[in-house]
Amino acid sequence: MISRGIASKPFSVRKLPGFTFIAILCFALLYAPIVTLVGYSFNAGNSLAVWEGFSLQWYYAAWQNDKVQGAAILSVIIALQASLYATILATMAALGTTRTRNFRGQTAIYTMINQPLMVPEIVTAVALLICFAVIKQATDYHGLVYLVIAHTAFCIPFAYLPIRARLEGMDKSLEIAAADLYATPWRCFRRVTLPLLWPGILAGAMLAFVISLDDVVITEFVKSAGQDTLPTYMLGQLRRVITPEINAISTALLAISVLMVSLVFLLNRKKS
Amino acid sequence: MSQNTSPLSIQEQLARQQETKTNWLLCTPALIVLFLAASGPLLVMLFYSFLTPGDYGGVEYQLSFDGWMNVFLFRDIFDDVLSIADAHVAIFWRSIRLSLMTTITCLILGFPTAYFIATRPRQSRNFWLFLITIPFWTNLLIRTFAIMEVIRNKGIVNNLLIDLDLIQQPIQMLYTDFAIMLGMTYVYLPLMILPLYASMEKLDFGLIEAGYDLYATRIRVLRKVIIPLIKPGIIAGSILVFIPSLGAFVTPRVLGGGKNLMLGNLIELQFGQGRNWPLGAALSITLLFIVMAALLLYVKNVQKSGVQHD
Amino acid sequence: MSNSVSIKVHQVSKKFGHDRDEVIALDEVSVEIRENEFFTLLGPSGCGKTTLLRLIAGFEHPSEGDIFLNDESIAHLPPYLRPVNTVFQNYALFPHMTVSENIGFGLSMQDKPPTEIDATVSEMLRLVQMEALRDRRTDQISGGQQQRVALARALAPHPRVLLLDEPLSALDYKLRKGMQIELKRLQMETGITFIFVTHDQEEALTMSDRIAVMNKGRILQVGSPNDIYDHPSERFVADFIGDTNFLSAELVESTSESSLLKLASGKTASAGPSGSTLRSMVNIAIRPEQAILTSDEASAEFSGTVTNVLYSGTDSVFHIELKSGEEFIAKVQNSGDTRRDWKTGQALGINIQPGAIQILRD
Repeated sequence: MISRGIASKPFSVRKLPGFTFIAILCFALLYAPIVTLVGYSFNAGNSLAVWEGFSLQWYYAAWQNDKVQGAAILSVIIALQASLYATILATMAALGTTRTRNFRGQTAIYTMINQPLMVPEIVTAVALLICFAVIKQATDYHGLVYLVIAHTAFCIPFAYLPIRARLEGMDKSLEIAAADLYATPWRCFRRVTLPLLWPGILAGAMLAFVISLDDVVITEFVKSAGQDTLPTYMLGQLRRVITPEINAISTALLAISVLMVSLVFLLNRKKS
Repeated sequence: MSQNTSPLSIQEQLARQQETKTNWLLCTPALIVLFLAASGPLLVMLFYSFLTPGDYGGVEYQLSFDGWMNVFLFRDIFDDVLSIADAHVAIFWRSIRLSLMTTITCLILGFPTAYFIATRPRQSRNFWLFLITIPFWTNLLIRTFAIMEVIRNKGIVNNLLIDLDLIQQPIQMLYTDFAIMLGMTYVYLPLMILPLYASMEKLDFGLIEAGYDLYATRIRVLRKVIIPLIKPGIIAGSILVFIPSLGAFVTPRVLGGGKNLMLGNLIELQFGQGRNWPLGAALSITLLFIVMAALLLYVKNVQKSGVQHD
Repeated sequence: MSNSVSIKVHQVSKKFGHDRDEVIALDEVSVEIRENEFFTLLGPSGCGKTTLLRLIAGFEHPSEGDIFLNDESIAHLPPYLRPVNTVFQNYALFPHMTVSENIGFGLSMQDKPPTEIDATVSEMLRLVQMEALRDRRTDQISGGQQQRVALARALAPHPRVLLLDEPLSALDYKLRKGMQIELKRLQMETGITFIFVTHDQEEALTMSDRIAVMNKGRILQVGSPNDIYDHPSERFVADFIGDTNFLSAELVESTSESSLLKLASGKTASAGPSGSTLRSMVNIAIRPEQAILTSDEASAEFSGTVTNVLYSGTDSVFHIELKSGEEFIAKVQNSGDTRRDWKTGQALGINIQPGAIQILRD
């Protein structure tokens, strides 16, 4: 018994049989569909499964498509506004809830801020549909404000989390030192707190941007006629014959997300 | 020593009150937006669930409990006989069943993956984690599309199987329960791996060594040492996968093709063709309650494990 | 050194928490710190010394009592309105600023013109010998250098009082010794009142003009290092600073200048004033190096038997069991003319140098 144990591979405490295999398989499964999707966006033919040579024609087609152009512009307009507002509001809220003595109502504030993470998106979406339908009917206003406010709301927790994390890791003695050196509370905030918090704010803004850009469900239920964003446009294309044009649009969106998340990752790594 | 009864000077109490006031002021703008576009609408929806549906969508402002009753019951138009709404029950059951199956599949795939990452050298762990995080932050719709394109009848999987002469006709995978489950597993897998990894990272490998030292085999170390130690991570991951699966909307819509509805799609239907907003509202709130119950379980678990760690 | 008062702490109490969780960090503390003085708050951790410092700096506000700076009440001013600067224990240097930006921060917050800021920063860099590193980021310099920057930053606005919160505790032994001399030099050169917090009695004795010994939120004794060491007023002070023999004796006679004690051996000895003590049995403290050992057992003030001898180069330490059963430790310098070859088990007599017996308050 004992000699057989020694004769085989050296024993490792950390290894469990088959685990590495499943893990590699898991990574492959996570990436294979995405890689396929990206790959066929460069297909010369109009098939999603038969490779007919390399071409950028579907990117060109998407670029020339007025509807895609309009949706892309709208997506970016909404995402920029929502991420900007959400980041400002989240920064303020993080300052009000972090590194402070426990105060009355703190738990209620946390619950409110994290609500978009807890309530299923479809529930919020139909609730918004109901409310905004009433307002739309009463005011006859069908502008972008509905989408911007809805996106801002669900972006707040995503912006809040990295800002709060950064703030919690910040040494309060730096602000005390600034106060000791004649900085008034406002100047202390501008010269010490804000510059130190900046990487967290940037990370929060980028996450909020990605989340807003990618949203389907709430946008689908809140938008008025002609307010398609890229994701809702893509969802609408489902009923038609799907061509690699969809893959080209997806690849572009993916590229933006990957870029942003990589930046956030680097920002956080630099801190530690 | 003076026997002064006031524990805090007035100055300090004022400063404290001032701090609380400032904190609230800082949070107020965010809270207003969240109330307008998150909490408030839920209350309005609760109100709507007790109204009468309008003929062309919308509601009539007339109290009615039909919305709530219709969640599980069905009233025959001709003879007013109440019966169990089979279609709704089937959809509830499918939602729960598919969500549970998704959770289990994610656990089976996610556990070894998280373990794999946790046992890498410290420097490369971040890289593997990054690989898990990337899909998590990319568009859910796009990831669902990717799955759809791969398993279509004319998709790459069927093509491959036919080319290899394993099958003659393409297998119908798209628009089945299997497709929905596969899609949900694919999109929610990172939600299982991340909390699992978080508790495995804290795992003390000295305990595993102790297990082996005391004659436990690999399977027994896994069962008696590793799994009990990372139970909080298992529960957290399971709930984090189960909750969004239950409320999934995009994935069953794209991969279920309109026949295989889940709760999210049933709700949508009431605001589209169904034109029964009160029923839609009641269904939404029912879904919300199930999710809240699961969340409560999660919070309790976190608190319990938190106490143990302190 | 002038004798006018710089900081006056008047009956200050500080309580944290409330009701059952209330902790009294400072209990009716009063002390006066003079202009241009190097004043040290010395005590074990949790004695309230850092709290007192934070109250003077303005990071906390007193629960009761008042604090004056040159006769003006400052207890309720925010820190940025007090001409008082702090050197923090962890230095608290701004990581997003260079060395010179850190040093100029206080002046720029006071809206001083840039030319003046530049001049003062250069002067400070010279003062702490850091000119070469002025444009470095603060995480690119060593701990000792960070310490110098923290000092320069706090000195640059020319505060009336400089507070130092255990600033040397993060440095290794050699750097600490160097910085002790450096700090003393800076204090002399700038003429600023230094209030220094430490738990290291040796550091306090070498650097300070005066020391306040603190314990459990109260100041027990204030005095020069000499005073504190030679005439500890109570047991805690005698015990916290240096080694001490504690014995009991009977107070026979007491005037305002001196007192007469009847020792356990039956012999009498003179001591300093007994203070407010009215009891007949008192505790006395005798430093080990104040004992003179003699073979003349009969005429000595104490007598006993050697139980242990520890040789440590410059001196020898004798553990002696007195006739009364109490233990006495004597430290004798190993110079040639002193007889020091008593062995374990041998009987000997102990005389105490005149004026070296200190009557304790408790």
